[in-house]
Amino acid sequence: MSERLERGLETLRGEIDGKVKSFFSSCVRCGICAEACLFYTETNDPRYTPIYKTEPLRKLWQKEYSFWGKLSSTLGISKPMTEADLADWEELVYDGCSMCGRCSMVCPVGVDISMVIFKVKHGLAKAGFSPEGLVGATQRAIDIGSPMGITMKAVRATIKHVEANTGLKVPLDVEGADYLALLSSNEIALYPEYLESITKIFDHAGVSWTLSSEAYEATNSGLQIGNKKVAGQLVQRVVDGAEKLKVKNVISPECGHAYTALRWEGPNFIGKAYPFRVVHILELLDELRDAGRLVTTGMEHERLTFHDPCSIVRRGGIMAQPRNLLQPLAENFVEMADHGAMNWCCGGGGGVSSNERAEELKLTAFNKKKSQIDALNVDAVVTACSNCRMVMEEGVEVNEMEVELLGLTEIIAEHLVEKRPE
Amino acid sequence: MIEYLIDGPLWYFALVVFCIGVLWQLASIVFARSKTDLSVARGSATGGAWRNVFSRFVPHHEIAPQIRIQVVAGYLFHLGLFALLFFAAPHVLFLEENLLGFGWTPMPHWAFIVSAQFAFLGLIMLWLRRVVNPVSRLISTLDDHVAAILTFVVMLTGCFALLEGSTALRLLHRFTVEIWLIYFPFSTLMHTFTFLPSRAFTGAWFGRRGIDA
Repeated sequence: MSERLERGLETLRGEIDGKVKSFFSSCVRCGICAEACLFYTETNDPRYTPIYKTEPLRKLWQKEYSFWGKLSSTLGISKPMTEADLADWEELVYDGCSMCGRCSMVCPVGVDISMVIFKVKHGLAKAGFSPEGLVGATQRAIDIGSPMGITMKAVRATIKHVEANTGLKVPLDVEGADYLALLSSNEIALYPEYLESITKIFDHAGVSWTLSSEAYEATNSGLQIGNKKVAGQLVQRVVDGAEKLKVKNVISPECGHAYTALRWEGPNFIGKAYPFRVVHILELLDELRDAGRLVTTGMEHERLTFHDPCSIVRRGGIMAQPRNLLQPLAENFVEMADHGAMNWCCGGGGGVSSNERAEELKLTAFNKKKSQIDALNVDAVVTACSNCRMVMEEGVEVNEMEVELLGLTEIIAEHLVEKRPE
Repeated sequence: MIEYLIDGPLWYFALVVFCIGVLWQLASIVFARSKTDLSVARGSATGGAWRNVFSRFVPHHEIAPQIRIQVVAGYLFHLGLFALLFFAAPHVLFLEENLLGFGWTPMPHWAFIVSAQFAFLGLIMLWLRRVVNPVSRLISTLDDHVAAILTFVVMLTGCFALLEGSTALRLLHRFTVEIWLIYFPFSTLMHTFTFLPSRAFTGAWFGRRGIDA
């Protein structure tokens, strides 16, 4: 057995806990999960059936934990697992799964398939069966601090532009601030209007906040590639930055997987609870709105809909907040079919958008979102995840659709009343 | 001799294998190592677990039209089988005399016929789909087919035993039941029990995050 195979199998063994045993023991291979997966519905390729993507782990479980597997091994008639058992699943797991978790919502026996696929990713990553694009992004995240190679110099340049545009000071490294705001690479490189928007909103609402020159990046390539060690390293940077500035809260930006990495998986990656609260920007904005500190005026007159980012809504539990924030600002708001916890993914989550090899498949998967948007005849789609926005912008461009993509935080910033009421 | 074996030692052996096997499998799930989730919960894990155990009996309306066959066939089979297992007159009598010491009102003959038809129809539909549908065909294992065929044979011999009333057919049914009981804990048939912890684990996960799954 090769060293990389042994490493992969050892990692997979470590992933077999009570949950996994109950999942594999209860799965009846009904195939219902296929109907929930946009990679299957848009390609009709049975290999994209979600539960099939967990085969490496299921095979190992069957071989080493089931009665028949143990009996076969004892009798010496079982076939050993090979590198192909891992290598052949690399494309299915990394290119053909956006970790959207829709499959986990529909399984009649309750298997959290998305969670199991992440465990498979962990094994594949340890064995070195990961796409080049993600490996590169992960390496840049470790070496430079950002998967897109964005340095603090670029952040400072963005800050300068924002300050020039708004006439407001962007606080940097302010010790004792209430909130530490994080950014995703996309928000620095592609959507600097996010930083501009939160600068305006926080000034309006009187929020004590800061950026950190040591912990500005929220995205987590470790989570996307399935490397828990790297994921922990990246989370630890944020924790160190937050502890250094003694902030009470850390704000996860408009980025789905960053929220998952920081809010839900982060403490488990680093093995300890945080000394601060993690709040998603939408949660915070809704809290401010609720407290009367975020007052808006006017409405968008275009026909708008909202795309639910999977990691924020379905896997993150933030479903009411975006609607609380958007609906008062949208004169002509319509919900997508299947909106909320059962909404369809944009096709580029879970690291798919960072994986150049998956480009064609990603655009095929986008057809599901396209059909949802086409059915509504809207002028614009609002979302709250920079990755979803980027993927949908590409899909819209490729398909020559007449629809605009907007970030929710920006819309709010555009409708702030001039002065906050005392 | 065969009658003695099937009604006696083999029956007790099958029962012991079934009971110990099921308990062992469940214990291996419940007592397996599990890490404490260190993130701050937004909602109740216990509430989510209970909710999910029951809510998964009804498919999400967003996906229901696409999975109509599996749902209808699944309910026909499981409800039919449940009714036969616990309310067929010979089973009620058998349980009273051999295991429990008390009985309950069995279903009338017409209900038995309807239940049997439901169970057969559901099982055949599910198995045909498994063989014909490309997704099900790809993901199915040998165990899935063995479990389905074995269950079918048990149901079929059960009908024979009831209709003919002969000792040979009764013994044949009992023998197939014993094989089924022995196979049960080591097969996909275990989903009868393990769907509960599976749903509960996932429900707890969703519950902590404040998601109504």
